[in-house]
Amino acid sequence: MMEMLQTIIAAVLILGGLFFFATATIGLLRFPDFFSRLHATGKGDTLAVTLSLLGLAVYEGFSLTGIKILVIAVFMFLAQPTATHAISRAGIRCKLKPWMKGDERK
Amino acid sequence: MNTFLLTVGIALCVLAILVLYRVVFGPGVFNRIAAISAIGTKTLIILLIFGFFYGRVEMFIDISLVYALLNFIGCVAAAKYLEMERER
Repeated sequence: MMEMLQTIIAAVLILGGLFFFATATIGLLRFPDFFSRLHATGKGDTLAVTLSLLGLAVYEGFSLTGIKILVIAVFMFLAQPTATHAISRAGIRCKLKPWMKGDERK
Repeated sequence: MNTFLLTVGIALCVLAILVLYRVVFGPGVFNRIAAISAIGTKTLIILLIFGFFYGRVEMFIDISLVYALLNFIGCVAAAKYLEMERER
């Protein structure tokens, strides 16, 4: 019973992660310029990684490996927005213009 | 559960190949860096899932942790390098 509940919760969390990975990928491919693409991947990937790692940690259960997976989840939750911020600041400093309505897609 | 994990792993591989379009054709170096970061994130999850699939997750977890660190450091280093390059 407990085993089955664990598996179901893990499957739901991993499917949620896969959904957000898919939306982030679609955003990265379809949005018109660099900053809006970062808007898609920065938030979508962070949420997707956290959800997937939480699901895998639930599936593993309480052990050293499970705790290591949680450590990776916390690290990614801090590191992914930092990396996104660094790239977007570099873009601003390199004078990339944000896309306005009516511009052509780059 | 094994079939489910295999399906999710293959779906993530397909998504990573789709992101590869942005790496190859993306205009400018910034789009490429963002796309490579996204691919690294997906690879992290794929590694863990295949660790579970083969039943040797305690080996794959360390590879995955190192991959996360390298992805973050590479991304920040490339951003800093481009910033410095521009200011000179």
